[in-house]
Amino acid sequence: MFFNQTQRTMNTYPIWKNMMVLILLVVGIIYSLANLYPNNPAVQISADSTAPISQAIVDKIEKGLKDKNIIPKSVAIETKGNILIRLNNQTDQATAREVASQLLGQDYVVAINMATSVPDWLAALHAAPMKLGLDLSGGIFFLLEVDMDVAVEKSEQQYVDDMKTTLREKKIRYSRIESVKNGGMVLLFRDADTRDKALNVVETQFPGLISIAQQQGAFYTIKSRVSEKKLKEIRDYAVEQNTTILRNRVDELGVAEPYIQRQGLNRIVVQLPGVQDSAQAKKIIGVTASVEFRLQNQSADLQAALNGRVPPDAELYHRENGMPILLKKSVVVKGLNVSNASFGVDQNGAPKVNIALDSKGASRMSTISGQNVGKPLAVLFTEYKTEYEEVDGVMKPKDKLSKIEKVISVATIRSTLGSHFEITGLDSVDEATNLVMKIRAGALIAPLKFVSESTIGPSLGQENIDKGIVAMKIGMAMVLGFMLIYYRVFGLIANLALLINIVLLVALMSLLDATLTLPGIAGIVLTVGMAVDANVLIFERIKEELLGGSGVQRAIHNGYDSAFSTIMDANITTLIAAVILFAIGTGTIKGFAVTLALGIITSMFTAIIASRALINAIYGGRKVESLSI
Amino acid sequence: MTLLSERLNLDFLKVGKVALGFSLLLILISVGSLFKNGLDFGLDFTGGAMIEVQFEKDADLPKIRQQLETNGIEKAVVQTFGSNDEVKIRLPILKGQETENLSKNLMDILSADGTKVKLKETEIIHPAIGDEMTEQGILAVVIMLICIMLYVAVRFEWKFSVGAVAALAHDVIITVGMFSLLHLEFDLTVLAAILAVIGYSLNDTIVVYDRIRENFLKIRKGTPGDVVNRSLNQTLTRTLITSGTTLFVLFALFVWGGQTIHGFSSALLIGIMIGTYSSIYVASTLALYLGVSREDLMPPQLEKEGADQEALM
Repeated sequence: MFFNQTQRTMNTYPIWKNMMVLILLVVGIIYSLANLYPNNPAVQISADSTAPISQAIVDKIEKGLKDKNIIPKSVAIETKGNILIRLNNQTDQATAREVASQLLGQDYVVAINMATSVPDWLAALHAAPMKLGLDLSGGIFFLLEVDMDVAVEKSEQQYVDDMKTTLREKKIRYSRIESVKNGGMVLLFRDADTRDKALNVVETQFPGLISIAQQQGAFYTIKSRVSEKKLKEIRDYAVEQNTTILRNRVDELGVAEPYIQRQGLNRIVVQLPGVQDSAQAKKIIGVTASVEFRLQNQSADLQAALNGRVPPDAELYHRENGMPILLKKSVVVKGLNVSNASFGVDQNGAPKVNIALDSKGASRMSTISGQNVGKPLAVLFTEYKTEYEEVDGVMKPKDKLSKIEKVISVATIRSTLGSHFEITGLDSVDEATNLVMKIRAGALIAPLKFVSESTIGPSLGQENIDKGIVAMKIGMAMVLGFMLIYYRVFGLIANLALLINIVLLVALMSLLDATLTLPGIAGIVLTVGMAVDANVLIFERIKEELLGGSGVQRAIHNGYDSAFSTIMDANITTLIAAVILFAIGTGTIKGFAVTLALGIITSMFTAIIASRALINAIYGGRKVESLSI
Repeated sequence: MTLLSERLNLDFLKVGKVALGFSLLLILISVGSLFKNGLDFGLDFTGGAMIEVQFEKDADLPKIRQQLETNGIEKAVVQTFGSNDEVKIRLPILKGQETENLSKNLMDILSADGTKVKLKETEIIHPAIGDEMTEQGILAVVIMLICIMLYVAVRFEWKFSVGAVAALAHDVIITVGMFSLLHLEFDLTVLAAILAVIGYSLNDTIVVYDRIRENFLKIRKGTPGDVVNRSLNQTLTRTLITSGTTLFVLFALFVWGGQTIHGFSSALLIGIMIGTYSSIYVASTLALYLGVSREDLMPPQLEKEGADQEALM
């Protein structure tokens, strides 16, 4: 201690250190304050350009709510021109939404929402309450898996088609090109020379494939398979595309803060806070389908096909009404190339469906439709569904999804079609909207399946919050009481440090946009129990020092000093535990890990530095006979 | 105020052998129960479907079972939880039925005769996910023990490291064993709690080790046994107080925290009690049996005595 770098009196803090503690405390209070203003369940009503938002509409809604015995917290027209109805709970919210959409009809968009109630001055500082996890807010959780086998199969089929086109263009004659059952593609040629030419073309045109020349009996062949790098690309794309499409579908549900995120290689997590009807949600987001435009094969004999003799260039399908139909085997445009489908009305007021294609789809469509004006074009819809089988007495979903194929539309080509065209002659609005939904859904390249789901009712969410808070209050009271009785003035300081710790922890979680879950609340409660540990270690050391005959100031100084490395070691190991929990955990467990880790960090600051600042202020730098410890 | 006499000098090592015997017995019982009863795994690990509902008045369980059976739903486990009007139904994924409408169907069955019933929670997990969870869970515990072993080996010494990890494995085995013995449901939150117990129990052990290291450097006389014993005595008050305050809050969570985290708080309660015991009686005794000595701890720790930490205070 001879080269103690400061000449200051023992147990005093330099001003900057006291200021630091003070500033952190103020910042902590500001950002944790926002949590006293929780978000309100709300219904938001916005209008498209034609429909007006007026006081009359507000009155209409208020009356409608009154009829259903719902008393809203507030109903107001916002600056953005939306109507915002704040409600007391989520059950009211669901009813209010129904009431509003029934009263207002098609021209208005009615969505559920969590409206902030943070005062403006806090909002200006970007202070916002913590997000609540599903277990606290209520809602639905889905875990979906992308069927990668299908994605890879499809891309191989695409390669086969493209190779055929390319070789034809280059006038290289092939006997056959097809995909192989267990992955990969095979190209057959009659002589080695053609094969070698083809190999050259395939290698330069399709760098994503690994191709080798082989000889099989009388045939000269090329075996191609998709490279690992390309496979990864295909898989990533399939997941990305599915995620995007899920986002769009969830938007249809009108959920305030949906969480849709890729998890691992091939899974997607969907969280829908506030949503209660899981069957409806599943119906909307769970449609896994694909769509193809194909020409009807009018030359083949339908009767023969029904008897099992399907010509090689045709495939037999059924329409939705059960009527059989033969389609040409080659696909005009795949769902992959459909960029949009929407509902519309023609000049006569009849429903129609607008289709938009990407450039690749448009160029194919214009060539083929140009050659086939006057002929019928069909839309083939393929849906994948999970099937179950019994294994050891337990029903398990089959690995393979079962495939259901239906022709959902047949329409005559009137003229050459380009990137935008329409399907008319539909019987009803229902039929048109149904077609739109299906074509949109079918734009997916790989089907999804549900692997797990959970629904948490809103009452349970509130119950979890209430119980968590009660447990926290009681636990806190016991700890604070014990510390006060056992350590007296020092106990009071430890308690203050503990309260500051909670303020800082809540502020930090709010700032980091962390999600509060029930295990997260448990994490805070646990932090309360553990945070006093550092102070207990220090205080016990001080007692030992006093017992060993040290003076009061020396005892405080040495107590803090010698406890420091112990505190560090002990906390780092707990931090390791928290990091591993975070790494392996999902959802709610991650919430616990985050609180635990942040709690360790804030508790080290408060127990070592903040408590010292207080003790220094009380005892430091003056003559003290004994300590109240 | 003091919890224990300030000149406390209990002979922990004398009871060390008894304690080790006691620990072995607990481990035997735990392992035995795990073999005999297995674990009552939650949905997270087994897969299947679970639905929680609330009735207006006390639920008639036999009637509910009857209702389910007549509607062709077999192998359903029906039980109340929390209060008598709250019912939990658990079933394997149903024959030929898609899970899509499962919760709706169940609700229809339960309310068919006009009974008022409210849906609280549903959970459907496919078995493949369950298997993955089990693998990940085991992996997590193993990774955590390895990380901790490395950290302690670097910061202290390998004998300590072995002692610490053995004590942690001891805590995990006995906590899991208790769940098996008491037929408590073992779900994902319980696993999280066990990982937290590992962190917590280690915390206790490290504090004792830290003191042992310090005392080896400070007390020149005395056998390693004396030093360890002295260190245990010095840290005993702190160990008891910290465990005490933590147990206070866990007790509050257990009693008032609600059903959802009951398993979680039970695991922490059991684990932290065992962990406290093991950091007093098991971890240090083991390190001592492995022959830890002053020489093991001498060289790298000298800089610790310096004044360079002043700035951090």
